[in-house]
Amino acid sequence: MISIEVRELSKEYSGLLVLDKVSFKIGKSEFFAIVGPSGAGKTTLLRIIGLIESPTSGLVIFNDEIIDYGRDNLNLRRKIGLVFQQPILFNMSVFNNIAYPLKVRGYDRNLIRNKVEEVMKLLKIENLGEKNALGLSGGEAQRVALAQSLVYEPNLLLLDEPTSNLDPRNASIIEEVLLRINDERNTTIIMSTHNISQVEKLADRIAVLNMGKIERIGSFNEIFNKSNIPIFSRGENVFHGISRISPYGTSIIDIGGLQIEATFKKEGYVTIFIPPEDIILSLNPIISSARNSLEGRIVQIIDMGSLVRIKVNSIRDFYVQITRKSLEDMNLKVGERIFLAFKASSVQLLE
Amino acid sequence: MEEILNITFLSLRVSGTSVIIGSLIGIPIGAFLGLKQFRGKMTLIRLIDVMIKSIVNTFMGLPPVIVGLVVYLLLAPTGPLGWLNLLYTPSAMILTQLIEVIPIIIGITMSSVSSIEKTIRERALSLGATQWQTLFLVLREAKIGILTSIITAFGAAISEVGGIIITGGNIRWLTRTLTTAIIVETELGNFSMALTLGAILLTIAFVINLSLTIVQLKWVRR
Repeated sequence: MISIEVRELSKEYSGLLVLDKVSFKIGKSEFFAIVGPSGAGKTTLLRIIGLIESPTSGLVIFNDEIIDYGRDNLNLRRKIGLVFQQPILFNMSVFNNIAYPLKVRGYDRNLIRNKVEEVMKLLKIENLGEKNALGLSGGEAQRVALAQSLVYEPNLLLLDEPTSNLDPRNASIIEEVLLRINDERNTTIIMSTHNISQVEKLADRIAVLNMGKIERIGSFNEIFNKSNIPIFSRGENVFHGISRISPYGTSIIDIGGLQIEATFKKEGYVTIFIPPEDIILSLNPIISSARNSLEGRIVQIIDMGSLVRIKVNSIRDFYVQITRKSLEDMNLKVGERIFLAFKASSVQLLE
Repeated sequence: MEEILNITFLSLRVSGTSVIIGSLIGIPIGAFLGLKQFRGKMTLIRLIDVMIKSIVNTFMGLPPVIVGLVVYLLLAPTGPLGWLNLLYTPSAMILTQLIEVIPIIIGITMSSVSSIEKTIRERALSLGATQWQTLFLVLREAKIGILTSIITAFGAAISEVGGIIITGGNIRWLTRTLTTAIIVETELGNFSMALTLGAILLTIAFVINLSLTIVQLKWVRR
């Protein structure tokens, strides 16, 4: 098994600092989660630990061995599994996709067959073997991608938001498998996510990454030891900002280009959360008692069965939860202009 | 009838040979250029990279008459390659079409490789492939694009006339192809003959495209 130390790790892309002196240690067979908003640097951090990208400065140490990013590191790469947020599969059958990492390691035919069948059973994709991998649904594709990375039994498994685009059924299959291999094979796992309830279920320890910096690190309770955990657990619509008190006794929070009004009274640096189900969507500007009304554009529609989650960009990204019926009645489509409204009392203070 | 067969076979031979040789030269070059994505800060290398790729793209649309003219001047008795005595032979025509198809094959191979290069390479590396295994997989995944480059090159070659009429000379029984024959027959007013040759040309293009398209669809197989 692999223990990992990341020391003062920084990464710069054409002048932009994506990771800023990130440091942490992960023990052998630990399940470690990295949470943070989009653009926090989670993906970059995992790619660097996964040896497919090199840092601008700082060290990554596997079991006391400092990684030399100038080298190919083939033997180390073969001990690491990396699952991307968007599954990348090859234009061949599902079976051959999963067999690929074993083929490149020169395993013999029978052993490959056994191992591939075993992992397909584990991920409940045993009936897909003959199908071309490019024709799979999102959930199937992600399970195949995970199977590719599990089939060679890596010592370290890196997962970049592995369930963010999946429906709850596919997500829970993946979560179960992760828990099992962490438990049975003692695989060290690092997973990035912004699904806090997933973190609570799976992770031993958590690092909060924001703007390329580790803000906190610790167990779930140490980090989210707040009464509003169950609400926060949906993970979206969390914003940091600077709050000031308005003449009416409410708080006006600047979350970076946007002013959000809330009924609580707190000044200075705050973290707020707006429950996705408390936001109202409308095709026309809303005149109502809701103190917050914004104009945005639909960027994504996420199917969750009877419920639908709509991602709306209005300077910042907001997630809105509505029923499937509403989606159909309003005939909402990606790219459309839309208006959001929510009450000042819906805005929750996290810290 | 015999002459029509002769003309048809010569067309197939000239275009087929130029596309086969062109593929052997163009695919490796295209793959190499597609794989080399100079993202670093070495601006000179990047500049060269951009120049090469722009030149390839320009040459993809090279007018055949210009190629014909240049090859003619090279092969003419007084030209630098005149001693080869290739002017007005099928070899001269193959050389002409070779120059026309190589940029097409390089260009399409290059863009199909570069469009998948990063994701496939990173995925293969993350699954423990060696650098060579990764390269092989990238080419395998780009095979539809590479086949497209061959189809396009053959389509351009078989229907080309401006270049080979200059370097082949359109000599009966020797260098007369479907396209050059159509010009002669049209000029002589033998429209039914010209149309027959045209139909043969279209049929050949169709049959070859059909078989390659079937292969392509089999590879995609969603």
